Amino acid sequence: MNQEFKKTTFRDDYTFYNSPESIRRFPFPFWEDKYMYSVNIEPHVKGPAGSVYEFPIDINEHYVSEMADRAIVLKEDPLRCQALPHMMLAQWDFLELLMTSMARDYPQWFSLTTEGDHWHWINKPLGIDQKFTFGDPSTLPQEPMEYIGRQCQGDFSIQDQRDGQLWMDAGIITTQADWSLDFDVGMNFMEWHGPVPLAHDMKVFDRALKFLLNLQLGQPVRRLNWTMTINPRLDTSPENFHKWGSDRTTVTPENVGDKVHLRVELQALFRLPRSNAILFSIRGYLIKLRELVTVPKWGRRLPRVLGSLPMELIDYKGITRYRDTTLEWLAKYDDGQPTSPGGGPD
Amino acid sequence: MLVDGIKSRPQYPGLTADAFAKVHVFAADGDGAQAVIDLFERQGRDINGRVIVVYADTAPGAPDYASRLEALPVELVHCMPTVATAITRLVGVLNVARMGTRIYASGTETMIGLTVQLAQELGMDPATVITEHRGSRARRVQCVHCKGMTENVTTNIVTCAHCGLSLLVRDHYSKRRAAFQGVCVDAEVRGEIPEITEIFK
Ligand code: HEM
Repeated sequence: MNQEFKKTTFRDDYTFYNSPESIRRFPFPFWEDKYMYSVNIEPHVKGPAGSVYEFPIDINEHYVSEMADRAIVLKEDPLRCQALPHMMLAQWDFLELLMTSMARDYPQWFSLTTEGDHWHWINKPLGIDQKFTFGDPSTLPQEPMEYIGRQCQGDFSIQDQRDGQLWMDAGIITTQADWSLDFDVGMNFMEWHGPVPLAHDMKVFDRALKFLLNLQLGQPVRRLNWTMTINPRLDTSPENFHKWGSDRTTVTPENVGDKVHLRVELQALFRLPRSNAILFSIRGYLIKLRELVTVPKWGRRLPRVLGSLPMELIDYKGITRYRDTTLEWLAKYDDGQPTSPGGGPD
Repeated sequence: MLVDGIKSRPQYPGLTADAFAKVHVFAADGDGAQAVIDLFERQGRDINGRVIVVYADTAPGAPDYASRLEALPVELVHCMPTVATAITRLVGVLNVARMGTRIYASGTETMIGLTVQLAQELGMDPATVITEHRGSRARRVQCVHCKGMTENVTTNIVTCAHCGLSLLVRDHYSKRRAAFQGVCVDAEVRGEIPEITEIFK
């Protein structure tokens, strides 16, 4: 992938857009014409070249802009990055996983040289050159999780494993779909999933937790999750809900294609070696509906999915106010033809 | 995100005596005193060793819980005027607590929540606190926007005591914050506020 990093914004003038290549590789989450929660977990194995699954950590054309947006969020609200004291070892595990994957998979941008505990990290796109001692937080400008989290796309939370539970005891979360790290920190798997409708009764969380407790080192897994966002806004946090909530009332038949975005999270789970904690990476992708319908299969399928979505999910995802307008706009892209199985373009 | 029936709501199974504890610390407010008295009636012979009660005397109608607690076979009743002062006293009591101490919390959700939070802050496992809800269902609510706490909330929607936003009181509960989450209810259309009703009595 020989690409330039775009300079676009995710706030104010919202200049974000996707290149045609970025549209083709979008992880469209619907493998059939309807959607319901399930334990949709699969091995996080290498995918085709150029796809979002090619590497464990996906860096794309939005890298530099997304990191700039994260820096703004953290400046305005430092509570978006928190780690309980017992998570320091897991923070180092996390830093190691990110630095080694990024340097291995994107050598044109990142490099890591190590001599024992003496590490040298170079991040060319962000202009960072850092020598530090692995395991000694005083040799980095921030704690390890924040340091590397500011240099990698996606939100991250780190779960401690004890008493047959996972505990969200650390995280750097600046692009969340409406949940609060500050409120959830220290909660267990069942507690932080408390607000999700229907899935508890379907035993989705019981089964997912059981699976994750046995997650093996070197065998990461992944799943897709999705929602919709008005404007290409990354910071859809509850903290700022009073600032962005009204965007949901601004959708008109004329602006659906540009305003309404499908927002997909490629979530991956990695067992960490020293701490035995589990890293949860939430790599978000945004696409305007105008961009999405350039893939005919997606234009056909999305209205079918949205039109048949259970009311509980529509409300939970905050789509209620603009779903009908969106469906009317999408209708012309559904010619009634059958769609092929799977999410990828035909 | 504004859905009801959230599963992170804590459960309060009721007080039962820990027959193996060497020290029993009871934290109670208001009608929570009656839960302690009832426990002694039910299981008094299982409660061995030292018993210390920290009581916030907040019961409406002054039913003289303090002297009824003192009549129990206890070492000491710390009778405090408010939940806040009781929690401060509880810090002192627990700071000198030894191995084999069992904590019980009874009364309002706020009293229970703050006791569980304190146990956690002192390095104990919060799940080991034995709890029983009595009396008011009034909630302690944290504004997700300004992070300020609003106490004694009895309505589905409340004005944040700090930033003034109208907050929908969710069932989503954080043990670490000892609070329910409050989220701006009219963020989509300012002023569009559902009917306000007293639901946490
Ligand atoms: C340890 C890793 C995980 C973390 C940290 C995590 C975290 C979260 C959080 C914070 C939410 C938002 C809840 C809210 O509304 O406040 C959520 C939603 C959800 N999670 Fe997880 N989760 C994890 C793993 C999983 C797994 C393995 C599944 C598999 C079934 C899953 C299924 C869901 C579903 C279905 C939702 C609702 C999403 C929606 O409709 O937008 N989660 N998760």
